[in-house]
Amino acid sequence: MNPARPRVGQGAEPLVQREQPVADLLIRGAHVVDPRAGIDARHDVLVRAGMVAELGDPGSLEAPDGAEVLEGEGRHLFPGFVDPHVHLRVPGQEHKEDLDSGTRAAASGGFVAIVAMPNTDPVVDDATVLRSLREAARREARIPVGFLASITRGLAGEALTPMAELSDAGALGFTDDGRPVHRAAILRKALQYQRLCGGVLALHEEDPSLSGAGVMHEGEVSARLGLAGIPSISESTMIARDAAIAGYEGGRIHIQHLSARESVAAVAEAKARGVERSGDEREARGRISAEVSPHHLTLTHEAILRAPNAQAGEAGRGGGSGLDTRLKVNPPLRSHDDRRALLDGLRDGTIDCIATDHAPHAREEKEVPFEEAPMGTTGLETCFAAVYTELVVPGVLPLGLVVEKLSAGAALMGLTPPRIAIGRPAAMCLVDLASEWQVGEAGYESRAENCCFAGRTLRGRVLATLAAGAVVYRDRAFALAPA
Amino acid sequence: MRHLLSIEDLDRPGIERILDRAKSFTEVSEREVKKVPALRGRRVLNLFYEASTRTRSSFELAAKTLSAEVINFVSSGSSVEKGESLKDTVQTLSAYRPDLIVVRTPHVGAAELVARWSAAAVVNAGDGKHEHPTQALLDVYTLRERLGALDGLNIWIVGDVMHSRVARSNILAFTMLGARVTVCGPPTLIPRGMEALGCAIRYTLDELDEADVVYALRMQKERMTESFVPSLREYAALYQIDGRRLGARQVLMHPGPVNRGVELVAEVIDSPQAVIGQQVAAGVVVRMAVLYELLAGSSGRAGIQSRLVTA
Repeated sequence: MNPARPRVGQGAEPLVQREQPVADLLIRGAHVVDPRAGIDARHDVLVRAGMVAELGDPGSLEAPDGAEVLEGEGRHLFPGFVDPHVHLRVPGQEHKEDLDSGTRAAASGGFVAIVAMPNTDPVVDDATVLRSLREAARREARIPVGFLASITRGLAGEALTPMAELSDAGALGFTDDGRPVHRAAILRKALQYQRLCGGVLALHEEDPSLSGAGVMHEGEVSARLGLAGIPSISESTMIARDAAIAGYEGGRIHIQHLSARESVAAVAEAKARGVERSGDEREARGRISAEVSPHHLTLTHEAILRAPNAQAGEAGRGGGSGLDTRLKVNPPLRSHDDRRALLDGLRDGTIDCIATDHAPHAREEKEVPFEEAPMGTTGLETCFAAVYTELVVPGVLPLGLVVEKLSAGAALMGLTPPRIAIGRPAAMCLVDLASEWQVGEAGYESRAENCCFAGRTLRGRVLATLAAGAVVYRDRAFALAPA
Repeated sequence: MRHLLSIEDLDRPGIERILDRAKSFTEVSEREVKKVPALRGRRVLNLFYEASTRTRSSFELAAKTLSAEVINFVSSGSSVEKGESLKDTVQTLSAYRPDLIVVRTPHVGAAELVARWSAAAVVNAGDGKHEHPTQALLDVYTLRERLGALDGLNIWIVGDVMHSRVARSNILAFTMLGARVTVCGPPTLIPRGMEALGCAIRYTLDELDEADVVYALRMQKERMTESFVPSLREYAALYQIDGRRLGARQVLMHPGPVNRGVELVAEVIDSPQAVIGQQVAAGVVVRMAVLYELLAGSSGRAGIQSRLVTA
C-alpha cells in the first residue's frame, strides 16, 4: 500500500469541529486569488448551503432570498489557510490555550483547518486520549481541527505508540514535536509501521547533544549576550540522518519548522535523491516535505539584542528593550543568511508550506529571565499579516505564492486543500490588504499574549472566515458563543 | 543615565566622568572617619541571587561610605527558595522604597527585568554570563592609575571567555577607551561569533609578548567535567600565566578569586606586575562613583524627583 496515503477516513473523519449553520451568502466583487484554482481576478462568489455555488464577473450575481451579502469591493478573497502545526495545549495545559480560544485565534487569522500537536498532558499517545480530545473538539472547536498523535509513548523517545489504533481513532499522523526522535532505530520502526497505518511522520529536528542547554541561535548575538547557543547543525544533521532513514524505508516524512540554511540544503538534497531513485518526480518529492514559520521568515536573532542605548522600561520595537522572551522560540531565530535561504527554499519549492508553530504560554511563564522562559510564540492571529507586511509588501515574495503556501500544509497532512471552485465546501477568508493594525493593541483571541510580533504595525486584516461551509468569523466577532 | 545594566549604557565621556569621581573619592578612605554624607537618607538594596564576597561587600562599603542605608537580600533562606518569582521578589522588595537596587543573578538580562519592574535605579552586578559593568569600570580605573590612558594599549584576556561576564564587559569598556583587545583560550571556550564584540581571537599564547596587559580569567573546575577542556593540567600547560610567559613590562590582572596553580602561579600573583590587589581597592571607590552618578548625578536627581512627583 502507498505509505503516503493516510488510512484515516476509513475509521474516523480526519477533522472535527462544532456544528455550525451552513452559510448562504454572496461575496461581491472581491479580488479572488487562488493559485491552485488558477484564479487571480475580481469575481462575485456565491455560497449556497455552505458550498461554492457560482463564480461570476463582478456585479453579475444576485444574492438569493435570505442570503447575506459581504462587500468584497477593494478586498481580497483567498482559499482559507491551513496550519499543519499548532499547539492547542489541550488536554492539561488549558491555562495556556484551549480548544475554543485556539480555534478563535485561528479563525481570526483566516485559517479554515489546523492540526494540533500531541505534546499535551497527558500526551496524545493512546487512542483513549485521542478519542476524548476529538469529542471535546466536536463540542468546542470553531474550525475543523485535526490531531497528530505522538510517535513514542510519553514523548520519551523509547517505545512506539500504538500507531495503527491511533490512526483508526483519527490521528492524521505522528510527531514527537517539541523533541526529536533521538534514537534512529525508533524512527526506523515508526517508518516501518507507517506502511501499516499510513499517516505522515512530522519531525522536530534537533540533536540534543549539539543543542544542549542552548536558548538561542549560536552566533554573534549569543556570543555578545553570553547565552548558550543552538548551532544550525543541531537541526541540519538530524534532517540528513532522518532523510536517509526514510529513504531506506521508503517512508513519508515532513520536516517541521526549518530554521537554518544548512537545513534547507539538507531537504533539497533529500528531494533530489528521491527523484533520482524513483524516477517519478511528483511521487518522490512528496516523500519528504518541509514547513517554515512566519517568524523564521521575517525575524533574525538580532531582534533579541537590546536596542542600542535603550533604557529598560522604555518601549522599543515589540514593546521590550531587549531579550524579549516572546522571541525565544525553538528552533531559534537565526541569521540573515539563514532567513534568506528559507525564503529561497520557499520560492524554489524545497519548502512546501508555511506553518505557524503557534505555541501559547501563560504570561507568568514568559515573564522571567530569557534563559528560564519556555520556548514558543503564538502565530495564528498574525501569520498572514506578518508575512504580507514583511515579505509581500516589500516585494520579496509574490502574493500568490504566499497564499498557496498558507494552505499547502493540507495536502501534506493528507487533507484536501481548500479551493474556491464550484461544488467545493466554502473554506475561504476575506482580507483587507490595506488595513493596518497594531499587534496586541486590541488584545488577542488566544488565551496567550506571547506573540513575537507584539507592538508591530502590520498590514492586512482578515475580515471574515468561512470554514467547513460556515461563516465562523466576521467583523471581529464569532458566529457562536463559547460552548 | 538611569541604570547601569551594561557598559553600553555608557560612552567614553561617561566612563571618564565616573573614573574621575572615583579618584576624588580615594581621599575619603584615607580619612580617620571614612564617611561622607552624599547619599544620606537614600536606600540601597543589595539583591544577590549568587554567592559573592567581594562584589557585595564592596557595594555595601561603597554605599555606607556615602551614608546610604543598605539592605542585603540574599536568595538562600529567603522566599526565593519557596518558589517566589523574580518579578514578585522585586515588587515585594520595592515596597521598601529602595532608591537603588544592586542585583546579581545567574540569568542573562535579569538586571534589565529588575529595572523594568521597579522604580529604583538598578546596577547590574553580574547577570549570568552577560555583563558585569562595575568590574569593567574598576579594571579600567586600575589600568588608568597604573599606565595612564588606555589608548593604543594591547590587552589580552586569557582563559574561559565563553563563561565570563567579566570578559564581555571588559572587551566593551577597553575598546571604548581606545585599547585593542585580544581574547585567548581553548577553542572550546571561545564562543562562535565572539569577534563581533570587536576583539581579535588567538588560541595560543605564542604572541602574548605583544600584550601590554594580560588579563587572566578564572578557570572553573567544573568546565573539565563538561568536557570543555580535557584536563586542568593540560589547560595549565597551555594557558597558565607564569614567570616565563609574563614579561617584565606587562601588567597582570585577574578579577578574582584566583585558582592558584591553574590560571596563575604564585610567582606572578605576588610579582610587582600584578595589580590584583589594586583592582579590589578600586572596587570600592568606583562603586561609590557609580552610586553617586545614579543617585546624585544630574540625571539621577531628576529621576528621583520624577518619582516623588508620581508617587
